[in-house]
This record gives sequence, C-alpha cells and structure tokens, in this order.
Amino acid sequence: MSFPWAADYAPKHPLMRYLDEKLPLPRLVYNAVGAGYPVPRNLNYFWNFGVLAGVALVIQIITGIVLAMHYRADAGIAFNSVEHIMRDVNAGWFLRYTHATGASMFFIVLYTHIFRGLYYGSYKPPREVVWLLGVVIFLLTMATAFMGYVLPWGQMSFWGAQVITGFFSAIPLVGDGIRVWLLGGYAPDAAALNRFFSLHYLLPFVILGAVILHIWALHIPGSNNPTGVEVKGPQDTVPFHPYYTAKDGFGLGVFLIVFAALMFFAPNYLGHPDNYIAANPLSTPAHIVPEWYFLPFYAILKSFTSNFLWVPAKLWGVLAMFSSILLMFFLPWLDRSPVRSANYRPVYKWFFWVLVVDVLILGYCGGAHPSNKIVVISQLCTMYYFAHFLLILPLVSLLERPLPLPNSISESVLHGEAQEAAPYGVATAPVAAPAE
Amino acid sequence: MVRPIGVLVGLGFVAALLWSLLWTAIGWVNEPEPETAVEWVEQHRPEKPVSFSFDGPFGKYDRQQLQRGYQIYAEVCSACHSMHLVAFRDLESIGFSAAQVKAIAKSKDVPSLNPDTGEPATRKGLPSDYFPSPYPNEIAARAANNNALPPDQSLLAKAREGGPHYIYHLLTGYQDQPAELLKKFPDAKTPDGLHYNPYFPNLNLAMAPPLTDGQVTYAPGNPKATLDQEAKDVAAFLMWAAEPKLEQRHRTGWAALVFLLIGTGFAYFAYKGIWADKKSGKVVAPA
Repeated sequence: MSFPWAADYAPKHPLMRYLDEKLPLPRLVYNAVGAGYPVPRNLNYFWNFGVLAGVALVIQIITGIVLAMHYRADAGIAFNSVEHIMRDVNAGWFLRYTHATGASMFFIVLYTHIFRGLYYGSYKPPREVVWLLGVVIFLLTMATAFMGYVLPWGQMSFWGAQVITGFFSAIPLVGDGIRVWLLGGYAPDAAALNRFFSLHYLLPFVILGAVILHIWALHIPGSNNPTGVEVKGPQDTVPFHPYYTAKDGFGLGVFLIVFAALMFFAPNYLGHPDNYIAANPLSTPAHIVPEWYFLPFYAILKSFTSNFLWVPAKLWGVLAMFSSILLMFFLPWLDRSPVRSANYRPVYKWFFWVLVVDVLILGYCGGAHPSNKIVVISQLCTMYYFAHFLLILPLVSLLERPLPLPNSISESVLHGEAQEAAPYGVATAPVAAPAE
Repeated sequence: MVRPIGVLVGLGFVAALLWSLLWTAIGWVNEPEPETAVEWVEQHRPEKPVSFSFDGPFGKYDRQQLQRGYQIYAEVCSACHSMHLVAFRDLESIGFSAAQVKAIAKSKDVPSLNPDTGEPATRKGLPSDYFPSPYPNEIAARAANNNALPPDQSLLAKAREGGPHYIYHLLTGYQDQPAELLKKFPDAKTPDGLHYNPYFPNLNLAMAPPLTDGQVTYAPGNPKATLDQEAKDVAAFLMWAAEPKLEQRHRTGWAALVFLLIGTGFAYFAYKGIWADKKSGKVVAPA
C-alpha cells in the first residue's frame, strides 16, 4: 500500500498459496501489520498507544458481551442484576471490574494517543482523514461510555443521564421535545435504560468499523514519526513485523500491568461511591459529577454563568462543550504550520504544554465542589482552551520560525531527539526487496 | 475560510466567558462566600487513624472479626437496617459451618405465603434465603423512624466516601456540639430529634448512637466489647457484605501481576533482541 520497497507477500506453503488465490486474507494481514508495512524506524513509546487503544476496545467488547448475558436492562432490577454479577456469577466480579476499569484505561490511552497527535502534528496533511476518523472514534467512544455508565442504574447513573440528556433541552424551541424523544419519557426511566443498553451494545461495533477505516487511512501515507519528517527511503523504515510487533508487545505488557494493578487492588478508585446506591428519582445527590474522563468538558459547560448577547448561559455552555470537541475536526486547517513535530516548533511546543496543564486543571475544576474560586479558574482555563485552538494556533503558525528540520529520519538521531529510536547507521540494515 | 471563521468563533467564546467572568467576580466581591459550619467542622474534627486487616493489596478478612461484626449486625443494626443482597448461605464464607448457618437461618422469620390460604405469613428461614428486612416497605420504615429511612446496608461500605473508615468514624463520633461551633454558627444547632455527629456529611443525623461500651456480649476468647472494638468489627463486617469477593480479587491480582511481570520481561528482551541489529551503534553514512 504505502512504500514501493514494502516486502511482498510470498507464501511458501501450498495451502497458504491456495488461500492467497481464493481469499487473500493473510496477504491483507501481512500488508497491514506484518512485514509488508514499512514503518518509520524512530517511533518512540508514544506510538504504542494506538495499538493499546485497540486492545482496550477489544477487552471492553469481550467482557461486555459476557456481562450482557447476566445483566438485565430493566429499571426495577438493573441495579440488583449488577450485584448478582458481583456476588453470584462465576468470576462476575472479575468481568465487571475489568469492564469498569477498562473504560478508564481506554480513556487514559485514548487521551495519550490524542495528545501525541497534537504534539507531533499527526493531524496535518497527508493524514487529515486519519485524524478526522480519530475524532469520530473519540465521539463514539464518549457516547458509548456515557450510556454504559447509565446501565448499573445507580444514583450517578440516573442523575448523570438526567444532566446529560438535559443538554438537549438547551436547544431553542425544539429542545424539550428532542429530550423527551431521546429519553422516551420526561425523565430517564425504563424506556431510556432499555434503549441505552441497546445502543451501548451497538456502538462498540460501530467504533470497531471506524477503527478499521482509521487504520486503512493511516496505511496510505504511513505512520508519522517524532521528527515529523516524511519517510524518504528504505533506510528510514523498518517492517512493522517483527520490529513494532515486538515493541507493541512490550508496551502491551506494561499497559496490562497498570490495568491489573488498578483493577485488582483499587477497582472503585476511579468510580463514585454514590453509584453503589440504587437510582432514586426522588433523591438528588448533593454533588452530581460525571466520570473522570468527562470532567474537563463538564468544567467547560459550567463555566458559562451569565447570559450574553441574548443567548442564555446554559445554551452557551452546551454549545461550548460540544464545540470543544467539534473544533478538533477543523484542526488540520486551523494550524497551517508546515512543520509537524513540536520538537521543531519552539513557540507551539510551549503552548502545547500549557494546553496539557490547562486541561488537567479543567478536569480538577469539573470534579470540585463549585465555589467562586473554582468557577473563576474554570472560566480562565476554558478561555485558554478555545483561545489555544481558535486564536493561538492560527496565529502561531503564521508567526513562528521553526527550527531547522533534519534531512531525513535516519539522520535525525544526530540531534538526539529519540533515544530509544534506531540510531544513525541504518544503511547497513538489510533492506527488504522492493515489490515488483 | 476555516481560520477566519475559527477566529470569530474563538473570539465569541472568549467574549462570552469574559462576560461570565466579570459577573462571577462582581458577585464574589459583593457577596464573599462565608465559611459554612460543615467546612469549619471538617477542619476541626479529629481523624482517628484506624486500620483494617483487609486494607492494602495483601489485605484479607479476619474471620473472627467478621463473625463479631455479624453478631452486632444481627443484634443491633438489623432492628432498623435491611441487608437484602446478602443471603444466609453467604455466612459460610466468614467461617460459620453449614450447620451453624442452618441454625442462624432457622432463627429468623422470613416472609412467605400460607400454603393453604395464600395469605401473607412467615416461615423459618433457610440458608438460601436473603436476610429479611425489618420493615415491609419504605413507608413503614419511615413511619417507624421519624420519617428518616435507614439505608440498606448491603453496599453501605462502598456507597460512602471513606467506606469502612467512614463507618468507624461515624459510629464512634457522636458527641455534644462544641461550644465554639455554636458560638460561630448559631444556626448550626442540632434540631430536636436529630443527633450531632461531626463525621456525618451534614452534621446531624436521625440515627441515635447505636453502639455503646458493652452493647453486645462477645463469646469468650474475643476482645472486650468496647465501643471502639464494636465499631471496628461492624465496619469490617459491612465491608465484607459490600465486597464479599475481596480476598479472591487480591489473590487473583497477585497471580495476574506475577504472570504479567514475567511475560512483560520476556517481551522486553524479545523487543531488545529483535532491535539489536538496528541499534548496533555502527555509524554509517546513509545511502
């Protein structure tokens, strides 16, 4: 697909030759994640997170399918059916805690993956479509996670659903109608729970489809790399297998160790105690908060406190919250700097790290008890968030003087950018024979 | 086109935020948030360090302690609190024998139907029965408790911030209101019918102090039934009720971690070995 020197699939065993004629599935795998896919040789550990996100998705699908065999999506018994899984189903506690912790791990790797893309300019041409599909995957994952959190039908499930579906009622004129239509009632109840379960089972497979498109689109230009310099020749790449399968194998091991430590020894650390109280429409929790991975967006929502230009504060908040993600779709055209990697962008690099801290502070504010201090901090941080993408990025890409780029990936190590990457001296490496 | 529109949208959001910020700041200056009684208490109440056998990644339940905790639940708590997710059969995992469980179940009446008339009736419990609730429904529970609802205790230790540590603090934390609190916050005076407890989220709760020194009589060979000991024991029991699979989880966790550490070690050396020829350090000018 990508480079002329990519190794060609040449099956030796007669059976594989036969299969290659009839159904070239092994050829597809070989060209996608085998020796037939040349990858820049200088990828650092941040490039493990795409594969890790894929693994996290598969873990969620497998545990989810088994959990669905024991769960009942009925407002009267959903909460108790989850406890039935925890207490009476063989290894049910393992399945449920893996699924719940797995959602958090999924978002941890997803956010790392996204910020890696922001730092190394992976959203820039020729990879815009890869990025756009990534944003679609992110939105689908957020929707799936939200609906999944409703299913245990605890207090935070119920009131989270109440708050989040309430966003739609901010739409002028038709908002309340849309909300009632989405919920199948005036408040989350049997109808809402049942359809959330249906969609929560459907969407992961939609995500899987989008992931396949994401990888397909990635394989056309090939992977970005820490220098952001395009691959110039065979000396810049190594075959995906065995080089990156081995590196991803190690990365996967580390990921699973962190996953297991969290899941076995602190499974409720990232959850909320109130979700161990069954949903009660008559008792509002003192402090409604979404799951940790939505907290920055929740802080953005809450930082609009005054009506402005005849638009109510609530609508501003909802618009801002959705815009904060939707603006990612326009990122490739907002940032026009031809240099991809922030390693060679002295000004952008600085703003990137401000953004990371900004989002972390927003996350803290989203979960904190609201007070004047917290509201003011989240207003300032939200301001920076929008300014970063919509004002600073277009401006920086006009004004910034990037550092000189290395001539090629194989020379880049002279600058000392990536210690764990393959060093200079690659011409000695055996180069796979080019395809015919 | 994207950039000019983006800049306009960005300026719009920043302007709306500046407007919100202005009014938040004006409100803050005009009406500074005074300290609340809850905040004052949270800073002045003592933290009593307590440790449980099940804390930490090596934690295990202490069977004797859980049995003492069950005794307190059965003799004290269950008068008002249900525990509908726990069955008598589950008690075998805290060290009661099958015969003991059968005897415990038999000593409780559980709701049933009269097989001849179909009228509501009760029968002796079986090990497969769940713990019967003290009240038939929420209305009855509220009617008997000054309109307060005693929460179900099956998941209490996971449904409160701090879990068993919170429960221990709450049970041992009843006291008279400090004079300084009443001087600073005259409105915080505990209303009639409620009880002051600095560890309760809103400081006043309906439950009267449930445990006192010597509230229950432990079997010989157990520690003395002081308030402190009873609170610890029942908190441990509630943790078991909420998380009965904790020991399996810890055990499996260590097996999984050892397996993963070894596997990841192999993966690391495989990675290093495979990349060795690419990282030999031989510097050759690129072609």
